[in-house]
Amino acid sequence: MTPATELSPEVLRMSERRSYIELNARARAAQLLDPGTFHELLGPFDRVESPWLPLQGIVPQFDDGCVVAKGTIDGKPAVVIAMEGKFQGGSIGEVCGMKLAMAFALARRDNEKGIPTRAVLSLESGGVRLQEANIGELVIAEIYAELVALRQHIPVIVVIAGMTGCFGGMSLAAGLSSYVIMTRQARLSMNGPEVIEQEAGIEEIDSKDKPFIWGICGGAQRFATGAADVLVEDDAEEITQAVKELFRKGQPARLRSASYEQYIQRLSALDTSKQWTGEDIRNAWKGGAK
Amino acid sequence: MSTVLTSRGRKWFEALSGSNGKQAEGPGSLLIAEATLGQEKVAYIALAPDPNSRFPRARVAEVGVEEGWYGTKAIQSVIEADKNGTKRPIITVVDSKNQAYGRREELVGIHLAAAAIIAAYAEARMAGHPVIALIVGRAVSGSFLALAGQANHMIAFDDPEVLIHAMYKDAAARITRRTVAELDKLSEKIVPMAYDIKSFNKLGGLYKLIDVASPDEPSNETTEQVKSVLIEAIADARRTPCDLYKRLESEGAKNYRQASIEVRKKMTEQWAAL
Repeated sequence: MTPATELSPEVLRMSERRSYIELNARARAAQLLDPGTFHELLGPFDRVESPWLPLQGIVPQFDDGCVVAKGTIDGKPAVVIAMEGKFQGGSIGEVCGMKLAMAFALARRDNEKGIPTRAVLSLESGGVRLQEANIGELVIAEIYAELVALRQHIPVIVVIAGMTGCFGGMSLAAGLSSYVIMTRQARLSMNGPEVIEQEAGIEEIDSKDKPFIWGICGGAQRFATGAADVLVEDDAEEITQAVKELFRKGQPARLRSASYEQYIQRLSALDTSKQWTGEDIRNAWKGGAK
Repeated sequence: MSTVLTSRGRKWFEALSGSNGKQAEGPGSLLIAEATLGQEKVAYIALAPDPNSRFPRARVAEVGVEEGWYGTKAIQSVIEADKNGTKRPIITVVDSKNQAYGRREELVGIHLAAAAIIAAYAEARMAGHPVIALIVGRAVSGSFLALAGQANHMIAFDDPEVLIHAMYKDAAARITRRTVAELDKLSEKIVPMAYDIKSFNKLGGLYKLIDVASPDEPSNETTEQVKSVLIEAIADARRTPCDLYKRLESEGAKNYRQASIEVRKKMTEQWAAL
């Protein structure tokens, strides 16, 4: 008989942990809502799919890569929107983008009627779906309009997990949100590293240098420089708890997107004649990151 | 539809506002002025190339971090100043290549600077300021979203140099693994992918597409022409809801955004039934 191996508490915790990243969008939405309260809106059986992808020989999906579910969080009415990174890179097309905008719009209307409905957006997205280009742009503008309208009533929380990251149009949605929760694996950046390398050259950004890229826009860096509020492990329960705690906290003292005085001051103090590393910005912005 | 440096944004800003828009602080690319339009004061905003920008990746009228944050400050101060009075119209003359692509930009969070100016425009609109985007040149990707997307009304020049798109053609071809020729062919049958402004106008997002003689060189006549369209758009913005649903309720949307309309209808029904 083999003697029982002594496992460190760290390893034990890891083995008990349930990954959030490994969950698909539907399971993520269910995870963030209170157990048994998940009600999907415009689910796969409604079969509202992209009208543009089949015209280009691309197989659409019945939920267009976006799951919207109503339920409760901490006993309070809530809507969760989860983007599926595995379908078209979580890109924003007409249908999924409109689902997202409408989820915010309907939550806002409930708030206006005195039903304080919460909203969480779980993001994995490469940005606008180029196959639906300009309708995608219009829909993204409509998402922003509804996000800004909703956040006046109640916090809007963005969760960024998974390896796809959050880029382009949806990085701005994260920027507009009340709170951002990130895992270390996640990235949050307006332009993807490949795009910057293509546009500006390899000396600007070497997109193949993974530690360097995560040092710019990875979860730990974003948290350290105040662009994310909570850094979590890839643990479904921990993320769910973090969402609940932020809602208990209520509105942030100041929205990041309203902090122009602070960012203008920070930018003025930087020497732009040289390139910086993630560490340079962490040091420059130390203390008062938020 | 070139990506080269143009000065349309600056020229139209100057023609409309009668000012060079120079500011005591902030980037040289950000032009701001108050001027009289019709019977009232309006705020004009534009981006123009600034070869001396301290951010080297934001020298040809890109939306960069300084443009985003200082632009936010300018819009927020208009909202604050008019809090208890008449809400001044905010007119943005749009000719901006795209967002700035750079390492510095990502490190300091260009996504936040862009989000901030979007929020400022949206909040101005919701507070009752008529927000008008006059697209005289390029509004591509981040520059469309940051400068034009939140407007009550978007007006564009009907001209081959005017471009509203998610991404320039060469980059879009590369990313979708298509040739430019294939992309052109697809654009013929897939309207949202097309690069010409007439196709964009079919989608119902624009308030008006206007034909302006010699759009590179504003004249007294064309300036007056554009001003009268702006006055009309401002009046319309004041008498219609301050959200963006008129885009979705347009004739164009009925033809090309049927899926959007279906999502809106079904989700509203299902939400109410829960």
